[in-house]
Amino acid sequence: MFAKNIVVIAAAAGLLGGCATSGNPKDPIEGFNRAMFSFNEGLDKAIIKPVAQGYDYALPQPVKTGVTNFFGNIADVFIAVNNLLQGKLPEAASDAGRFAVNTTVGILGFIDVASDMGLEKHDEDFGQTFGRWGVGPGPYVVIPFFGPRDARDTAGLVLDVKADPVANYSHVATRNTLLAVRVENDRANLLPADKVIEEAALDKYSYIRDGYLQRRRNLVYDGNPPREIEE
Amino acid sequence: MKWLFGIAAGLVLAASVHAEETAPDALVKSVTEEVLTIVRKDKDIQNGNTKKAVELVETKVLPYFNFAHMTQLAVARDWRQATPAQQKTLTDEFRLLLVRTYSKALTEYKNQTIDYKPFKMQPSDTDVKVRTEIKQPGGKPIQLDYYLEKQDKGWKVYDIEVAGVSLIINYRESFATEVRQGGIDGLIKSLQTKNKSGEAATAKKS
Repeated sequence: MFAKNIVVIAAAAGLLGGCATSGNPKDPIEGFNRAMFSFNEGLDKAIIKPVAQGYDYALPQPVKTGVTNFFGNIADVFIAVNNLLQGKLPEAASDAGRFAVNTTVGILGFIDVASDMGLEKHDEDFGQTFGRWGVGPGPYVVIPFFGPRDARDTAGLVLDVKADPVANYSHVATRNTLLAVRVENDRANLLPADKVIEEAALDKYSYIRDGYLQRRRNLVYDGNPPREIEE
Repeated sequence: MKWLFGIAAGLVLAASVHAEETAPDALVKSVTEEVLTIVRKDKDIQNGNTKKAVELVETKVLPYFNFAHMTQLAVARDWRQATPAQQKTLTDEFRLLLVRTYSKALTEYKNQTIDYKPFKMQPSDTDVKVRTEIKQPGGKPIQLDYYLEKQDKGWKVYDIEVAGVSLIINYRESFATEVRQGGIDGLIKSLQTKNKSGEAATAKKS
């Protein structure tokens, strides 16, 4: 519930915060977004990243891969639902097959047997489903704790959280542990990207924003977006 | 946020692309494999020696990149208002930034392997896209595409897309902002400052 409220507050703030203009039509509330970006960066630097570094250092690669697979397996259920909503039946069937195989043969999802069998892993969420249905991306919003989203994905995120089997697990202590492990495991997977982005970006905020927007556009088109060329 | 990881993994392989009249797909494959073979054996690069990685990129990869075209794509509509001298400085500085970024990414290489997607082109084509995929343990494969154009001296890469994110176009908005605030010279200055701080960091480490 906590996460959901934050999303709603952020979305509302995003809609109201039309005052801080930057001149970039894709980022009309840049002032608000930069503030939220700093907040998230601070939180990352103080807590999330150090823990992820410890996690990354302490655990051997096969364990980390197993954890990534475990959460990926849970996500496959939800990816299947989104593929179904987008009318992509063969993909939805493949996702359901992945879940069945990995949960059983793959020992609760820790081993990704399905990929070895040729059932490819997909990446879908409610934001992409909305995009597939023709909803435009809308303005870019940086949400506290969750990071970059566009308006379409913010609406999608509310549903993503609602439909997330981990966030809805009834035993609170187990749920919180699982959520924390998932956050840190995801963060640990991103550690190699940190240094490269520091090296690459003139302005980290806009580098991440523009990367996010390009990435989401690519996902909505399932990897084949029309190319944006303007010279 | 997984695309962020893709950028790191992708850039490792972006260090890619041999021989004058080689077909574009064969070019991408031979350079990628050559560079990865070196990185797999080089403990210094694996341990974060960026300077050594820069040398590798300079000799093996740079000859196959068209930096002038890359810079033009990133600067976009402001390119025309730059004088030839400014265009040259911009290209040199942007080249430095990209080389250091690639080199940094090479030091982050773990055991990823590359899948080369089937490639078809007409003999008359002068602008093509070569598709590859990065396979990594415990993750979804990452799409890595190269855009190449035919030139007098063979095929040259002018853009790279990692998971659908163009590494060149990604600079457009921030470059445009710099130009709006301080003109072309403002952008040049920002790039120079960025490159100097990067060089200082590299020098301190090695």
